[in-house]
Amino acid sequence: MNARSNAAVPLQRASRNRIRENSSAAQLLIHVFFVLACAACLVPLLLVAIVSLSDERSILANGYSFFPEAFSLDAYRYLLGDAQRLINAYGISILVTVVGTLTSLLISSMLAYPLSRKDFPQRNLLAFFVFFTILFNGGLVPWYLVYTNLFHMKDTLLALLVPNLLMNGFYILIMRTFFSTSIPDSLIESAQIDGAGEWRTFFRIVLPLSLPVLATIGLFTTLGYWNDWFNSLVFIYDTRLISLQYLMTKTLLSIQFLQSNTQNSNIGKLLSEMPTETVRMAMAIIGIGPIVLAYPFFQKYLVKGLTVGAVKG
Amino acid sequence: MPRTFVKYRSLWIMVLPGLIYLLINNYLPMFGTIIAFKDFNYTDGLWGSGWAGFKNFQFLFTTQDAYIITRNTLLYNAVFIVFNLAVALTVALLLNEIRKRFLQNVYQSVLLLPYLISFSIVGYLVYSFLSMEYGFINSGVLKKLGLPPISWYMEAKYWPFILVLVNAWKYIGYSSVIYLAAIAGINHEYYEAARIDGANRWKQMTRITLPLIRPVVIVMTLLLVGRIFYADFGLFYQVTMNTGILLPTTNVIDTYVYRALIQTGDIGMSSAAGLFQSVVGFLLVFSVNLLIRKVDRENALF
Repeated sequence: MNARSNAAVPLQRASRNRIRENSSAAQLLIHVFFVLACAACLVPLLLVAIVSLSDERSILANGYSFFPEAFSLDAYRYLLGDAQRLINAYGISILVTVVGTLTSLLISSMLAYPLSRKDFPQRNLLAFFVFFTILFNGGLVPWYLVYTNLFHMKDTLLALLVPNLLMNGFYILIMRTFFSTSIPDSLIESAQIDGAGEWRTFFRIVLPLSLPVLATIGLFTTLGYWNDWFNSLVFIYDTRLISLQYLMTKTLLSIQFLQSNTQNSNIGKLLSEMPTETVRMAMAIIGIGPIVLAYPFFQKYLVKGLTVGAVKG
Repeated sequence: MPRTFVKYRSLWIMVLPGLIYLLINNYLPMFGTIIAFKDFNYTDGLWGSGWAGFKNFQFLFTTQDAYIITRNTLLYNAVFIVFNLAVALTVALLLNEIRKRFLQNVYQSVLLLPYLISFSIVGYLVYSFLSMEYGFINSGVLKKLGLPPISWYMEAKYWPFILVLVNAWKYIGYSSVIYLAAIAGINHEYYEAARIDGANRWKQMTRITLPLIRPVVIVMTLLLVGRIFYADFGLFYQVTMNTGILLPTTNVIDTYVYRALIQTGDIGMSSAAGLFQSVVGFLLVFSVNLLIRKVDRENALF
């Protein structure tokens, strides 16, 4: 990110060192500021994690605490006891995220690429067609009725895949910009002179050269699918189709939700034994896990992606 | 068939799935906005239901709701824009002052973490602090100070502050990364020249960094202003745990439309509010874009 010319390095190094000496107090202050800011970001997560590992009795006695009197794995043990529901929710989330992201990348790039071709006669018309969706929308009610009354997607997996998440006008415009600025026209021309058709050119030449933008948009789409609970909230009533995020939403709003739908027959016994407060927080930790664990690996791409999105190419 | 169509038919086939999707997901609902002018019921469907004229709008605007949701949406967004801009810009400028690249990256990554976390989880995080019986603030702070506990989820007056804080927590990392990228893009020769002229860090920041990233700041802000009529549904639904008693300070247009549609089934009122939002939103985006074009042609949307 810091593009510095090589010629300037000696001068820079000298002056930078001087600055460091001059303002070590200021540097220290800045570091203190950031340590506090980072703590503010992490502490809530830490609290939830600690509560999930606490003994229920110490929570009932002292409330949520960073230093509980006793630790216990009861909450996780309880959740594992009825793992079916969790595994199902994980499965739905993973399936929807993978299928959704791949489909989205495919149809978005197939729309964006012709828009980037300067010789394609209808490119401006189509660009406007895409672009207008960013400006104006019909609102929630007609959108809801289109999917429920016209396409009958209520309580189907398609309701988690298709509405809103599949395509985004902004992403298409970003892709188009990337295609038109980073893929030389001459490359496409020479491929076609060599006898490659449009599809071959697109899949064999354009897409492989576009990995940076595909990775960026793919990352955002993945996050969109993985974190989505709104489509579930609006379209899903069938408990078999509950995704992980929606399961968490329902559990937060009512811990009874976890209990009431267990296949276990001795519900009364379970209810009395369930460590309610710690189970709630264990649920959050299980839901947050994948993102936090994967974060270090894609952090670098995320920052690049944000920058691409902001600069708009 | 015209020759150009034949020549480009592969490209036409390529764009087809995407176009059909936009047609279904975006354009059909636009035509559906006539529901706002209908006396809609499910049995007769969109075409069978009778016309209501402006009655839905009349009902909406004669209730107290219209005022509250409009005020809340506008005020929250206005405060979010100003507060987040101030903090994110400060964070970006300070991050840029850090000389150790490694630490700079660490801070940046940690600050960006909340951006990835879904609002379902954010709801839990807030609950762990604010729960009446066990929440950290009541049992870990107020109790130790000998103060009575506060029923956070029962009193509307606290929520403007809570929501501003939560919104900042989630989004400041994101904006500061963008500002930092803009700062990193500034040509280093400006700073070298300034140093030779004897400018200190403060002077460099106020005379070079800030003026040069001004266009990015203005564009980012104007984009948010264009969306000022839309609220973050997750923030207002999940973080408040959909608590009815908090509605005076937490109901926004988006949550109102959702509740009217799903919970109370009032389709007429709901679509009237939705259309009101879309039209005002459109006018705002449109005029904001005119402004951006004046400020910085390159960054205009269209």
